[in-house]
Amino acid sequence: MKMLSRKASCDSHGQDSSYFLGWQEYEKNPYHEVQNPNGIIQMGLAENQLSFDLLESWLASNSDVLGLKRNGRSVFRELALFQDYHGFPAFKNELVEFMAKLRGYKVAFDPNKLVLMAGSTSANEILMFCLAEPGEAFLLPTPYYPGFDRDLKWRTGVEIVPIHCSSSNDFRITASALEEAYQRAQKLNLIVKGVLVTNPSNPLGSTMNRDELNHLIDFAIKKEVHIISDEIYSGTVFDSPSFISITEAVMEKHVDHETDLLDRIHIVYSLSKDLGLPGFRVGMIYSNNETVVAAATKMSSFGLVSSQTQFLLSNMLSDKKFTSKYIKENQRRLKKRKDMLVSGLRSAGIGCAKSNAGLFCWVDMRYLLRSDTFEAEKELWKRIIFEVGLNISPGSSCHCSEPGWFRVCFANMSQETLKVAIRRIEAFAESSSTASGKENLSHQRSVRSSRRSLSKWVFPISSYDDHEPADR
Amino acid sequence: MSLLSRKAICNTHGQDSSYFLGWQEYEKNPFDEVQNPNGIIQMGLAENQLSFDLLESWLANNPDVAGFKRDGNSIFRELALFQDYHGLPSFKKALVEFMAEIRGNRVTFDPSRIVLTAGATSANETLMFCLAEAGEAFLLPTPYYPGFDRDLKWRTGAEIVPIHCTSSNGFRITASALEEAYQEAEKRNLRVKGVLVTNPSNPLGTTMTRSELNLLIKFITAKNIHLISDEIYSGTVFNSPGFVSVMEVLKDGDYDKTEVWNRVHIVYSLSKDLGLPGFRVGAIYSNDDMVVAAATKMSSFGLVSSQTQYLLSALLSDKKFTKNYISENQKRLRKRQRMLVMGLGKAGISWLESNNAGLFCWVDMRHLLHSNTFEEEMELWKKIVYDVGLNISPGSSCHCTEPGWFRVCFANMSEATLNLAMQRLKNFVVEYSTANGHKRLHHSPKNSKKKSLTQWVFRLSSRDRDRESDR
Repeated sequence: MKMLSRKASCDSHGQDSSYFLGWQEYEKNPYHEVQNPNGIIQMGLAENQLSFDLLESWLASNSDVLGLKRNGRSVFRELALFQDYHGFPAFKNELVEFMAKLRGYKVAFDPNKLVLMAGSTSANEILMFCLAEPGEAFLLPTPYYPGFDRDLKWRTGVEIVPIHCSSSNDFRITASALEEAYQRAQKLNLIVKGVLVTNPSNPLGSTMNRDELNHLIDFAIKKEVHIISDEIYSGTVFDSPSFISITEAVMEKHVDHETDLLDRIHIVYSLSKDLGLPGFRVGMIYSNNETVVAAATKMSSFGLVSSQTQFLLSNMLSDKKFTSKYIKENQRRLKKRKDMLVSGLRSAGIGCAKSNAGLFCWVDMRYLLRSDTFEAEKELWKRIIFEVGLNISPGSSCHCSEPGWFRVCFANMSQETLKVAIRRIEAFAESSSTASGKENLSHQRSVRSSRRSLSKWVFPISSYDDHEPADR
Repeated sequence: MSLLSRKAICNTHGQDSSYFLGWQEYEKNPFDEVQNPNGIIQMGLAENQLSFDLLESWLANNPDVAGFKRDGNSIFRELALFQDYHGLPSFKKALVEFMAEIRGNRVTFDPSRIVLTAGATSANETLMFCLAEAGEAFLLPTPYYPGFDRDLKWRTGAEIVPIHCTSSNGFRITASALEEAYQEAEKRNLRVKGVLVTNPSNPLGTTMTRSELNLLIKFITAKNIHLISDEIYSGTVFNSPGFVSVMEVLKDGDYDKTEVWNRVHIVYSLSKDLGLPGFRVGAIYSNDDMVVAAATKMSSFGLVSSQTQYLLSALLSDKKFTKNYISENQKRLRKRQRMLVMGLGKAGISWLESNNAGLFCWVDMRHLLHSNTFEEEMELWKKIVYDVGLNISPGSSCHCTEPGWFRVCFANMSEATLNLAMQRLKNFVVEYSTANGHKRLHHSPKNSKKKSLTQWVFRLSSRDRDRESDR
């Protein structure tokens, strides 16, 4: 008899193990401005490190909250005992207000329809448990966040069927791509329960436009399926066009039987990207569907948010002056960083997809590929890790259907480090264009320039324990 | 096509809806020493409220820790970004040392083998996902914590098969009960993957004996299955015999060289010992590398807030504090339990006398039943909720095989409230035994009317009620 479950032994949380090569190499040789200036620069981490000073300054002026005090009185006992899965009411009130603010108050949310859980990782899995049986499927537009392969499928038994998007139309979701994905699922004998989109998109870094949203809504109405809109990056929209939330899109569309449709629309949110607080584990589900809210609330028992954290953040978010300032300043800094990266890439002759949100750029390195294949993409990726010294995310790890695209993060390092990274890219691009296709690139850095064979890389990685959450 | 999953619709997280009557009534009419002295006293909540002052004083002396500072430097950014599912190393180290301290340092734990999860609720479910396929079963001795029906079964699809324990031997686990449960599972075509025990036991409030533990080890060795020992109450042992962890028995028996070593897993949490259920700190400890690896990845679905990990790593690293806390907390628990059982004694009510741990007492009210049935137990329970004004937990909700047992908590209220509860109980029993069978006691003007069963059940089934804190 098998000792452990299949889930535990086969470890199929769906991640491509070679993806973690970059992580492993980074950990072995991490860049440091002073101590290791030739090390690998981490650009595969979608973290927002740009606005901590704003948070720290708020904390410094509100030390009582940290000390678990309210109006000078200790609320330690109350918090120590608070484990109600309905969540801290004040916190939920502030969150729905914050979410409405991020949407320009074009939609309003009811705190009773909000369910809190430890991170959007937990939120997404819970929605799968609520909406699908094992063996049923959700459609996801590619490219998508690699973590979904684990979060949505692993313990739930749910399948993902990709909706292929291509650069021919800026990776926008089309009605035909939706239909084609649905047909493919049918051929595989999979019952489709819904579509999950990330809006703004990871890894594209762009907000969905009205056409896309309308295609999505039409599709959901026609097929009577759910829409999950993971809006974790909604606060990182730093440029036009402005963010259109799924709720807003539905309202504006004036559909028949709107209530039926709204019963099938669920939003996921988190404070990990907008506020840069992934360590605090604050995620949530918003749904108009009472049964989903009730079931998700009970399921949140398996990952409640620490009351200490709920208290701290409910206070922070209740400071409206602070949140307004934060949102605006954070977006300004993100735009500045993104512009830096984009112009740096441009001067290296490298283009990227047009983006207005997120903590990363979707970079087009197709012309640097030896051939239009994923093998060539992998080769290029390894060169970028070992020769250029940058850990970036290859499009294949995001299930992109076209080789040559890479996600490059810009918000998890200092401005100086970004400049160093850009200089390295410029140097690499220059040498690449002056050399012939297969020629090995000699580079200015002194670190490991030798190329390892593929088999050597693959072996150690399968024994390497990944750093899951930070990949987002 | 069904719009939602079966899990979402049938909401079978296994809780008996009538169980929440007590909760509902309490919420409508909660006792307050000043504002509502006739209200219902909550005795169904296994919370430890006795030692908060010790924690508060530590916090007051260590303000930097809550302020995200280490050695005067702000580590806010580091914590804000820390989401490594391997957990904060300093916290894991402090936690395993605390666990060892609770076990008198007779066993030690390796921090690399501990996996942090958002509460023991998460830990138990995660272990089910790791050890069993949907449709496979774990054996649990009755009576057991009602929440297990949800935590172990709901999303995992695992089954629970009870190991029947009775008052004839103080509800101890016997070899024959184990074997019988195993056979029962086979009859139901369920493959048994392991046994899960809570030690110290909830709701019994007793520590398992060495012979029970040896019995379990023998059983899981023979059947080639797992053992999960939920030791969430290990720090609440207030009387002899002391706590013996299954790890200690394995170590003493030199089992670490054997196969069974890898099949024993411990669950822990800071919700009971430290009284911090709101902070969501749970843990799995396993000697099996694969279980540790899989559980670590699964913990992504319920990580502990880094803010909380940091605060508690500092708290638990303070050995002077932990030493004092452990012994003082146990002292206070002992005092409270004594108060409760003296009150029970005055009311002519007996209890499981081996009660030496936990935040509750397993109380014997069989003599107050009109007949030895669960219907009668429910009738008695309603009387106690409405007429006596105490919310206690009926044994049937814990799957006890014998009617008439109730779990009564003593650590979640003030001393005065506990005394009042005992007074009310005494009055009830006096009236009850001097009256004819059906005479009702009018305790308070607010809740003296007894509602019909159908009315209660109707309202309950439409009320969403569950409280983590039921544990």
